[in-house]
Amino acid sequence: MSAPHALLEARGIGKSFFGISALEDVDFTLEQGEIHALLGENGAGKSTLIKILTGVYRRDRGTIYLEGNEVSPDDVAAAQALGIGTVYQEVNLLENLTVAENLFLGRQPRRFGMIDRHTMRDRSKALLARYGLDIDVDALLSSYSVAIRQIIAIARAVDLSGKVLVLDEPTASLDANEVKGLFTVLRQLREEGVGIVIITHFLDQVYEIANRVTVLRNGRLVGSRAISELPRLDLISMMLGRELQHITRDHQAEPETIDDRGAPSIQFQNYGKKGSVAPFDLDIRPGEVVGIAGLLGSGRSETAFLLFGIDRADSGTATIDGEQVNITSPEAAIVNRFGFCPEERKTDGIVGDLSVADNIVLALQARRGWMRPISSSAKRELADSFIKSLDIRPADRERPIKFLSGGNQQKAILARWLVTEPRLLILDEPTRGIDIGAHAEILKMIERLCSEGMSLIVISSELEELTAVAHRVIVLSDRRHVAELSGRQLTTDGIIRAIAGTGETEAA
Amino acid sequence: MIHARNLPFVTTLAIFIIAYGLCVLQFPNMLSTRVIGNLLTDNAFLGIAAVGMTFVILSGGIDLSVGSVIAFTSVFVAVMVGSFGVHPLTAFLAALVISTLFGCLMGAMIRYLMIPPFVVTLAGMFLARGAAYLVSTQSVPITHEFIDTMLGFYIRFPGGGRLTLLAMVMLIVFAVGIVVASRTRFGANVYAIGGNLQSAELMGVPVGATTIRIYALSGFLSGLAGIVYTLYTSSGYSLATVGVELDAIAAVVIGGTLLTGGVGLVAGTFIGILLQGLIQTYIVFDGTLSSWWTKIVIGILLFVFIVLQRTIIWYSDRRLAERQLKEV
Repeated sequence: MSAPHALLEARGIGKSFFGISALEDVDFTLEQGEIHALLGENGAGKSTLIKILTGVYRRDRGTIYLEGNEVSPDDVAAAQALGIGTVYQEVNLLENLTVAENLFLGRQPRRFGMIDRHTMRDRSKALLARYGLDIDVDALLSSYSVAIRQIIAIARAVDLSGKVLVLDEPTASLDANEVKGLFTVLRQLREEGVGIVIITHFLDQVYEIANRVTVLRNGRLVGSRAISELPRLDLISMMLGRELQHITRDHQAEPETIDDRGAPSIQFQNYGKKGSVAPFDLDIRPGEVVGIAGLLGSGRSETAFLLFGIDRADSGTATIDGEQVNITSPEAAIVNRFGFCPEERKTDGIVGDLSVADNIVLALQARRGWMRPISSSAKRELADSFIKSLDIRPADRERPIKFLSGGNQQKAILARWLVTEPRLLILDEPTRGIDIGAHAEILKMIERLCSEGMSLIVISSELEELTAVAHRVIVLSDRRHVAELSGRQLTTDGIIRAIAGTGETEAA
Repeated sequence: MIHARNLPFVTTLAIFIIAYGLCVLQFPNMLSTRVIGNLLTDNAFLGIAAVGMTFVILSGGIDLSVGSVIAFTSVFVAVMVGSFGVHPLTAFLAALVISTLFGCLMGAMIRYLMIPPFVVTLAGMFLARGAAYLVSTQSVPITHEFIDTMLGFYIRFPGGGRLTLLAMVMLIVFAVGIVVASRTRFGANVYAIGGNLQSAELMGVPVGATTIRIYALSGFLSGLAGIVYTLYTSSGYSLATVGVELDAIAAVVIGGTLLTGGVGLVAGTFIGILLQGLIQTYIVFDGTLSSWWTKIVIGILLFVFIVLQRTIIWYSDRRLAERQLKEV
């Protein structure tokens, strides 16, 4: 104990929803001037704990102390007034307001009861200058990138509250440079004595910035340790409660030249779209996993959109088994037995209010056409077999899919396409936002699918994942396909070099 | 610099000026202060109601009860003054209290029972209309020397036009509305709720209190519009002002406010009202056109504006995407 009182201390916090316990007897201590990572798999209770500390939920049991005094934040405004500010990942600020209006919403400087826009503008500028941001504060928030919005949100939260800053997945939609910028800001705030709680899925980032981690599992506290004395393997086993199985492919043993793997069944030649992706050639063999790597905005998802007919190609041809086909719409792609799991699972993938079974048969029904409905007994059978084979939990086909965790939703979407027995399945960020356990299962599933002869295209920003599962990796940069790596060249270093464009792709 | 979000307002203003110019070219008399004065007086009650509607739509809601509340207020005032001999000021006050409380109730239901505004205010519309019938199904004339004094009060423009008390009330309501929307915390909260309810809540905006105040404001202004309408027609009639809420919504949308909420200006609604008034005036001057042409032109304008707003959103999204592409 360095200080007489911790900055924020929670003891014995408990919370249940509709009789189901979400948090049980959880302790959490945040010291002044530390960055504290809160970790756990999906459904571990991180969000619930954060929402209790920041006044969104009311706890059922337990006490919260702020600087030694018992507090009870009943709503967001009360928590803010106490000094606990939050920056959420998705719903953050208001795009329809200006930067200055966002910074001072609810506490606008006033003169004679009227908002004093001049003072607000000056104070906004001064506030953002502390974070090295020099932007037009009278411009709409929507005209700035996510990274800048993030800094604005942090500036608002710190200025508003100043003692405790809670960040929920702050780096999820930032690229590497933006993350670096964000961390500089966080370190600066730590110096100033702010206590920072950060929730993240990225363990690298935890080791880069956090002083301390607290791990939750299934609504219970697993432990709280200083990061310096916690090896990564220990941390992962704390999170999983089991040893993580490593999946790596032995690339050395693979055929040196790609042609050895048989003739390509699907060929795209000179395929491209102006303003989206420069024309590229892509051959896919049966049973092959082709990885697509690149930075955010390099044209990864755009390539998937082209292949699946969401965007219409304006040059090139597509050939399947020697026959030329036109893939001008997702319907055409489905008819040609393509499948696509998009990146934005919540908005583009699941139909939240439909049951798991309905979500699973959706694509099959689309291919059969609406005139030939799938009988409910066939639907039940299909759903049950996939729930079993993919280990979707809870194993209840009638449950609305929105009540499942991210990993299980992803498995259900996979099942949706597997039902249609596709020849080519495109997975855009199949493991984003899901916990490590489900992550490993999905990678295993990819292995199994390609051993059964299905071709897969896997788009991912996690290079280890790509090198683990893919036979070949196409590297994109600036909306061009710049390199193709396979065999011994297929390493994370190789991909990074290709992205950086140092031209070392020939080297082993 | 013109914000993209203010482009619809600027467009409306330009259309109004051009339309007015064309009208004046054909009928030079339309430039007279007499015409302008009448235009303001004729549309005073609609303008007042439209200010309340602007706040409601800015917050992402809708208020369908406006026309019925106007009718109720006008019958209520007419019966109180005409049949019971209550002093007009007392009747006005009572009417305003009732309509404000009615708005409060609708706001509370929207917020705390989480029923969509469309449904709640639709019920409110029937309720208020029914209450108006209950008070009287007749057209009730209203005469009182205090009211005569009020109606007799006006400022004379050079050229013979009159700025009546009713028009003055509307102009004051618009002026106050503009200041409240752009210069108070309440106004900022309205824009915030309309932008994204969940974000606004997480940023500490008092969503409940603000929602109730928005519908209370709309109720109050509907009541005030009802009083103005009573004075304007010198009577109260429960069958009057059917569908006025739709005219108010049209004025708000033509004025550049997004129906989805969060973007728009009270001043835009004023131009929307003027534009509607201008079309009516033109039809009167022409003399051969059916008055239904007002509706047709308003309909066309609405289509044009909805398409325009969509285009602007689409365009600014694309520009943002391009800019972010360059940053990468």
